[in-house]
Amino acid sequence: MSFKIASSPHHHNQRTTSSLMQWVALAALPGIAVQAVFFGYGVLVQLLLAICTAWLCEALILRLRQKAVLPRLLDHSALVTAVLLAIAIPPYAPWWLIVIGTAFAIVMVKQLYGGLGNNLFNPAMAAYVMLLISFPVQMTQWLPSVSLQPVALSPLDAFCMVFTEYSCSGFSLSQLQQGVDGSTQATPLDSLRQDLAAGMTLAESLQRPVFYSFAGAGWLWVNLAYLLGGLLLIQQKVISWRIPAAVLAGLAVPSLLFWLGSAGASPSPLFHLFSGATMLAAFFIATDPVSASTTDKGRLWYGALIGLLVYLIRSYGGYPDAFAFAVLLANMSVPLIDYYTRPRTYGHKAKRNLK
Amino acid sequence: MSQFKELSLQGLWKNNPGLVQLLGLCPLLAVTGTLTNALGLGLATLLVLLGSNIVVSLVRQHVPNEIRIPIFVLIIASFVTVVQLLMNAFTFGLYQSLGIFIPLIVTNCAIIGRAEAFASKNPVLPSAIDALMMGLGFLLVLLVLGGMRELLGQGTLFDGAELLLGDWARVLRIEVFHSDNHFLLAMLPPGAFIGMGLLIALKNSIDQRLAKRQIIEKGSIARARVTGSVQ
Repeated sequence: MSFKIASSPHHHNQRTTSSLMQWVALAALPGIAVQAVFFGYGVLVQLLLAICTAWLCEALILRLRQKAVLPRLLDHSALVTAVLLAIAIPPYAPWWLIVIGTAFAIVMVKQLYGGLGNNLFNPAMAAYVMLLISFPVQMTQWLPSVSLQPVALSPLDAFCMVFTEYSCSGFSLSQLQQGVDGSTQATPLDSLRQDLAAGMTLAESLQRPVFYSFAGAGWLWVNLAYLLGGLLLIQQKVISWRIPAAVLAGLAVPSLLFWLGSAGASPSPLFHLFSGATMLAAFFIATDPVSASTTDKGRLWYGALIGLLVYLIRSYGGYPDAFAFAVLLANMSVPLIDYYTRPRTYGHKAKRNLK
Repeated sequence: MSQFKELSLQGLWKNNPGLVQLLGLCPLLAVTGTLTNALGLGLATLLVLLGSNIVVSLVRQHVPNEIRIPIFVLIIASFVTVVQLLMNAFTFGLYQSLGIFIPLIVTNCAIIGRAEAFASKNPVLPSAIDALMMGLGFLLVLLVLGGMRELLGQGTLFDGAELLLGDWARVLRIEVFHSDNHFLLAMLPPGAFIGMGLLIALKNSIDQRLAKRQIIEKGSIARARVTGSVQ
C-alpha cells in the first residue's frame, strides 16, 4: 500500500516519464516500418546513428552538469528526440547530418536550457530547422518511393549511402533521384508546389507518377501508419486528443475553404492530411508534453495555430513542408497561450477582471 | 604602475566590453563571420576608442555638463569618419565587406560608455590606457568569435586576409579541413548569438573556478569554539 500526501483530485495516473516515452517510441514503430518498406532502409541506419549520438551526448552533458546519468538516460526522452529527428530527415542523408542534428538537439536545445522539462522548444524540431538552414541541399534530397526508384537498394546499400554518399554499386544520391525517364523527382508536396507555381492546374500536376493521382506513392501509407500509432497513443492516454485534433482541423479547414473556392489551383484537404509529415507531426511532434501548451483550451489553440501555419507556409511560403517551423513558432507562443487560457480554479467565479 | 595593471585587468577580463558589459553587440555579432572581418572591425573600433578617449579627456574641463553627450558623439563621429576614409583608401575590399558597420561604430555604446564613464573624469594618460585595454578586450572577443565561426562555418582561418593586409597576406589563409558543405548556421547571425553565449558561459565558468581556488588557498578560519553550525 502506498500512502501519499497529495491534494485533490486524489485519482492519480501513476505513469512515469519513462513509460510514457516508451509508448511514444513504440507507437512510432508501424510508421517506421512502413517508411522503411516504401522509402528504403536508410531510415533504420539513421535511427541507429541518432540513438547512439543522443545517448552519448546526454550522458556526456549530464556528467558535465554533475547529475545522475543513468536515471536520466532511462527516462527515454533522449531516445524519443532521436527517433523523431531520424524519421524526419531524408533517409539517405550523410551520416554527419544526423550526428550534428542530434547533438544539437540534446546539448543545445534540451540540456543547456536545464534538461528535460525546461526546454522552451521541441528539441527534434529545433534541430531539424538548424539542419535545414545549415545544409539545405542534403536536407531536401528525398528519394521517391521504392517502386519509382530506378535501382533497388539493399540494406547494405543503405549503409554505403549514409556513410560514403554512394551506394555499394557506385550510384550517387542525385543519380538515384532521377526517375526511369531521367527526370528528377521531388516529393509530392514539392512537385505540386512547383507545378502550381509554373501555372499548371491541379489535375495536370497529379498526373505525375510521384502522386499515384492522390497524396503520393508511399506517403499515404506512411501517414496512415503514423495515424494508427497516434490513435494508439490516445487510446493509451499517453497524449490528449486535443492537440492532434486541433492540428488536423487547423490544416483541414483552410485547405477545405480554398479547395472549394478554387479547386483547380489548390489541393484537397485530404491531400494535405495524408502527405508530407502531417500525421507524424500532429500525433508525435506537436504533442511533446514539455514544449506544448498545458491547459486544455490552450492545447486547442496551440494545435490550431500549428495547423494554420503549416497551411500558410505550404501554400505561400518558401518551403514545401512546414511542420518544424510551425511547431517552433507555436512553441514561442505557448507562454502567451497558457496565460490567457488558465483554467478556472474550482470554487471561483468564471470571469475575473484582470484590472 | 598598479593603476596600469588594474586598468588592463578591467579592460581585458573583469569588465570586458564584449563579454561582461555586453556593449556594441550589433557589430560584434554581425561582422564576425570571418577572422579577417573581425580583425578589421576590431582595429577600427580600437583606433576610434583611443582617439575619442584622449580627446574627451583633454577637453573634459571645458565641456559644460549639460551638453556633454552631444559633444562626445561629435568627437567620436569625427574619428569614425577618419577611420572610415582611411579604410576606404587603403583596405577597400574590407571596407566593402564591412559595409554599414564602419559608420555604425559611432553608435557603439562601448565607445560612448568609456567616454562618459572614464575619460570625462580622468586625466589623459589613464584614459588612453583605458581605451587601449578596452579596445583590446573588444578586439580579442571579436577575434575569438570570428575564428570560431569561420572555422565551423567553412573550415578555414584568415580567409580573405589580403583584403585587410595586402596581397602578401594570401599566405596566411589556413585551411583546417576541407568541406564542400558550409555549415551555414555558424556563418549566419543565429550562430553568432549561440557562439557568444558559449563564450560568456566559458568566461563565467573560469571565473567561478578561480574564485573557488582562491577560497581554498586562503583557507577557512579555524574557530576555537563552534556554537551552532557554520555554513
